[in-house]
Amino acid sequence: MKMSEMPNLAASSHLDIAKLIFGRLTWDAFPIHEPILVGTFAVVALGGLTVLGLITRYKLWGYLWREWFTSVDHKKIGVMYMVLGVVMLLRGFADALMMRAQQAVAFGANHGYLPPHHYDQIFTAHGTIMIFFVAMPLVVGLMNFVVPLQIGARDVAFPYLNNFSFWMTVGGAVTVMMSLFVGEFARTGWLAYPPLSNLAYSPDVGVDYYIWSLQIAGVGTLLSGVNLVATIIKMRAPGMSLMKMPVFTWTALCTNILIVATFPVLTAALALLAADRYLGMHFFTNALGGNPMMYVNLIWIWGHPEVYILILPAFGIYSEVVPTFAGKRLFGYTSMVYATMVITVASYLVWLHHFFTMGSGASVNGFFGITTMVISIPTGAKIFNWLFTMYRGRVRFEVPMLWTVGFMVTFVIGGMTGVLLAVPPADFVLHNSLFLVAHFHNVIIGGVVFGAFAGINYWFPKAFGFKLDPFWGKMSFWLWLVGFYFAFMPLYVLGLMGVTRRVSHFDDPSLQIWFVIAAFGAVLILGGIVSFLVQIAVSIMKREELRDVTGDPWNARTLEWSTSSPPPDYNFAFTPVVHSLDAWWDMKARGYQRPVEGFIPIHMPKNTGAGVILAGLATAAGVALIWYMWWLAAASLVALVAVAIAHSFNEDRDFHIPAEAVVEAEGARTELLRTAA
Amino acid sequence: MTAATNQIRLVGGRAGPEFHLTEEHHPENSTLLGFWIYLMSDCLIFACLFATYGVLGRNYAGGPTGAQVFELPMVAVNTALLLFSSITYGMAMVASQENKVRETLGWLAVTGLLGCGFLGLELKEFAHLIADGAGPQRSAFLSSFFTLVGTHGLHVTFGVIWLVTLMTQVARKGLTETTRRRLMCLSLFWHFLDVIWIGVFSFVYLMGVM
Repeated sequence: MKMSEMPNLAASSHLDIAKLIFGRLTWDAFPIHEPILVGTFAVVALGGLTVLGLITRYKLWGYLWREWFTSVDHKKIGVMYMVLGVVMLLRGFADALMMRAQQAVAFGANHGYLPPHHYDQIFTAHGTIMIFFVAMPLVVGLMNFVVPLQIGARDVAFPYLNNFSFWMTVGGAVTVMMSLFVGEFARTGWLAYPPLSNLAYSPDVGVDYYIWSLQIAGVGTLLSGVNLVATIIKMRAPGMSLMKMPVFTWTALCTNILIVATFPVLTAALALLAADRYLGMHFFTNALGGNPMMYVNLIWIWGHPEVYILILPAFGIYSEVVPTFAGKRLFGYTSMVYATMVITVASYLVWLHHFFTMGSGASVNGFFGITTMVISIPTGAKIFNWLFTMYRGRVRFEVPMLWTVGFMVTFVIGGMTGVLLAVPPADFVLHNSLFLVAHFHNVIIGGVVFGAFAGINYWFPKAFGFKLDPFWGKMSFWLWLVGFYFAFMPLYVLGLMGVTRRVSHFDDPSLQIWFVIAAFGAVLILGGIVSFLVQIAVSIMKREELRDVTGDPWNARTLEWSTSSPPPDYNFAFTPVVHSLDAWWDMKARGYQRPVEGFIPIHMPKNTGAGVILAGLATAAGVALIWYMWWLAAASLVALVAVAIAHSFNEDRDFHIPAEAVVEAEGARTELLRTAA
Repeated sequence: MTAATNQIRLVGGRAGPEFHLTEEHHPENSTLLGFWIYLMSDCLIFACLFATYGVLGRNYAGGPTGAQVFELPMVAVNTALLLFSSITYGMAMVASQENKVRETLGWLAVTGLLGCGFLGLELKEFAHLIADGAGPQRSAFLSSFFTLVGTHGLHVTFGVIWLVTLMTQVARKGLTETTRRRLMCLSLFWHFLDVIWIGVFSFVYLMGVM
């Protein structure tokens, strides 16, 4: 070998080692040439470092680890889900603002500030994050916190699994956030339709980030679904028959049944897409017998029930809020339960309305169009039930009730445009247009987001012992409500004029005014989000003023209000016995006396770090697969199995809270109630 | 259950309804229900893979068809191994109910060996197909075939790992409440895989060679 060849050889072998270790991750993956991303990174890094610094400064790591991260307490896990949802809302909404700003200016010669390559990632990330990492954590968090309290249980059926589920959701969120600064996200739209999402047309890491973040979070969601179904079926307090369950618990049951029945379909669809991309298979390719429409069918067999997974618990929240603030028993409880069940079943029979244009023929489209319209019947029944509950009630317009009334008006509009879209010939015209975008934001914001805010305002005092500040709550509500109409009514107009979705530049200047109005609406919504954050901060500062010692600040009706706020670790010193629907109302009406003696030791599950470790390993495996670091993927997966096996040998999983501790906690509450009275 | 507990609380003590228990409430253990629910969700993954095979299973793309590549005698042996392993697992459960630890472990070991035999034959079949140019990248039919059968195989692999773990636990701790509950879960899992395999055998292999 000649000397001159030596450096070359050294360079190439160096390259191979780097490739072996880092897969396809190179310095090019870090977007140092994109000022927007560098700026974002600087802000996120500074914010992150400040938070980490403060935690270190105040020596909170040990506390967070012991009391929160490793906690198997459903209340703490529920709160952590809510925090995750709110943090991710900021990210998802930043994406929305960027899109609104781009579309408001990118007309004619002005191409805006976002190149299509970047714009496409933003609308994909916005949809993915808002559904999987905002709406799902908010809904799952509320169910986690409320359901065991409403049914008089000490925790969920599988507390450790609950902790693991949460951390898997976090793992998925971390993976999505990573794509912002390392590599890039998918440019395919939030459902990653092939053939665009296949390797041939999306060869970079974007779709792989999409696949693995959703697979990791999906495992968490599925397991939390199993957990809550088992909890509701097996752990209700004595006397609480199914038809004495609070409506929120009913909707939680139906939602979790839907999770168990549909998330496997998502898992399968994404696994097949991964097989196409990683193993060169031909499920959804254009060549060698693949069929992209198979993916579209599978993803919507999950996707349509998914929107009901989100909306049913929101319906449950409204069903708790309305009777409480109307001071009346819920009108038509039985019909509410049956409506929920009908929606649960029917949600599985409508998926094809997302692609009437597939060309499956008049009879198939007719069937799915009719099933879609039929769903509006039980939904309408619910709206009337809430209205009749309010009728002749003495309605108190506290913040949760405002969100509920805002929902009833907004959701009905969104529902009606949905029925329009359910008519196949109309859908052929409106398909893929901004009319559709306006419709689903109308139902998801007007239904799920308003519901989440109603729920947060309603149950916050239960979780923390003080109410949220009503002034900033009302600010947040009105800005959201008005902002929503400004942001999305123009999109209905544009959609009817034929403007398609996912476009980053327009030629026709007459459209611009509508986009400017929509952008104004987005700024109002920003005000709503900021007001919400201010509301939390102000409430923490004014907590003594807002404090509630009774545990029942709203004069409510269901069992969670019978215990203290925040509830003790064990929820109830004695398991309640239920005699009627609205059990707590019944107890109050019949002169219930809180027990003050005879306390017994309480059997509780122990905290464990296994969930954090397992989810961390799963996330490492996901990231390794995204970047083709095969050794790391294999190592993480082997470690995952090993840790799971090792954990199965640990039988030190529970303990008893001694009776003295219960006496002390309950005695303190007795004292508090006495001084307050 | 609830009605009975309710009544006991109501008669004892003061007049008027009682609104709480005075002893610890013991809800039934939910593990078996939870595991059943998990199995049904897993069943839906297989349902998707079957549906995909149903849609794409005749898209040969000019490549080999099922009739050309499936070797029924080998698959028959494989099926027999798996079905027998379900019987031996059943024997292990019978032995565990009679509190015979050694016998339980023996039957579990036989079950594991039969499972490994099944996996070995499946891998041999896969290797054979790939060597013949009928790998999963050849056509949509072969992609869906390999994925459906491979996913089942992956489940059996996890079943075997679980079985070995559980044998260690039974050997160490004996037949406790925990190990019995876990044996029951694995039993459900193992029989479930059997049922799935019967679907694979009839729907993929038998109909494939028709």
